[in-house]
Amino acid sequence: MAVTVKTFASAGEAAGALSSDRSARYLGGGTLVMRALNEGDVSISTVVRAQDQALTRIDASGPRIKLGAGVTFARVLAERDLGFLHAPARSIGGPAVRNMGTIGGNLFAPNPYGDFTVALLALDATVAVAGGFGSRDIGIEEFLQARDRQAGTLVLSISCTRPASTEAFRYRKIARIKPKGGSVITLAAHLPISGGRIAGARIALGSMAPTQIRARAAERALEGRSLDAATIAAAASAATEGTSPSDNALGSAWYRREIVGVHLRRLLSGQE
Amino acid sequence: MSKIPLQFRHNGRDVAIFVDGGTNLLVALRELIGDMTPKFGCGQGGCGTCSVLIDGELHLSCLTLAETVAGRFVETLDGMKQGPNLHPLQRAFADNFAAQCGYCTPGMLMAAKALLDRNPQPSRDEVIEAISGNICRCTGYEPIINAILAAAGGRVSA
Repeated sequence: MAVTVKTFASAGEAAGALSSDRSARYLGGGTLVMRALNEGDVSISTVVRAQDQALTRIDASGPRIKLGAGVTFARVLAERDLGFLHAPARSIGGPAVRNMGTIGGNLFAPNPYGDFTVALLALDATVAVAGGFGSRDIGIEEFLQARDRQAGTLVLSISCTRPASTEAFRYRKIARIKPKGGSVITLAAHLPISGGRIAGARIALGSMAPTQIRARAAERALEGRSLDAATIAAAASAATEGTSPSDNALGSAWYRREIVGVHLRRLLSGQE
Repeated sequence: MSKIPLQFRHNGRDVAIFVDGGTNLLVALRELIGDMTPKFGCGQGGCGTCSVLIDGELHLSCLTLAETVAGRFVETLDGMKQGPNLHPLQRAFADNFAAQCGYCTPGMLMAAKALLDRNPQPSRDEVIEAISGNICRCTGYEPIINAILAAAGGRVSA
């Protein structure tokens, strides 16, 4: 079915068009919207685009980085200053998908996709959105919890603080087909260290709930402690708390619950 | 619904067509231009057989809104041969038995071309990475990897 394509020069105009039309979807890289159209999704009658250069801007020089929502994974990989995000970017699709897929679109990718968002969730990212209400910043966790109700808003950019060291941020995607398969589970950990102890632990999981979630019990097990074997074991045993994975072709809910603690232990221990 | 005019460069020649809103590039290429070399596989971005180069960058034509290539350079397998001769990659695929049913071959060749255009002497791991978005269900990947490495080697010795 033919759809109406509306292309705007500014993100603000595109946001206005999105908020005023429930059947409109924003087209970024195309890996979600075009797929939906190919599958015959009749709920989409209007496709909205924006050619605003702000959407593809990268500000990665300072301690807090800001990525336009239209930045592709290939561009993240090409940016030396974004080295801490290279592993999540590289874990997504093949080269063509990485040339097309955007970090803004990844926020909306359902299981077993959305791996980059797992990394952003562990980094306490902030999502800048625009809609009928104007523009505002929203914490990524709040954004994800209301993801299904974000249809009328346009994501402008995502920002997060750069981890203090390479060791402080860790990422692991478990896939049956490497390197491009969908996620069985995805894990990211941000472990800032202060005085030899973890302060502000963040553990994020993908494919362990309808959206990417924080593993709060595991975070509590790590908080204020040094990253020793006992702490890691406590965090690993708490990894399933609050999760609600589902069955799909890549793995059963039971299997996901069985392995999440194992992989969290490996991630925290620095094992390959 | 009115048709949308679309002009772009297709394998070195300018084309002008009219598309319906929401038409993907794969449909535009196959049904409106008659270039049947990009294949329809999954329509979901999972198989890579519709791969084309847009401004030299590997893209999935089934997930590309046709309108977005206005004024851009689109290359498909149809434009790969060099006059009457096969492209070295095509020759290497033939010499190394890298095509059985052939359905994945157009996408594999475009992925390989994207790699070699950027990196003329890739390692084996880089070749594997480059074709990681392209699924083959009958040839097996080893002959394809060997063909791409052979083509790269040929470039070095040429």
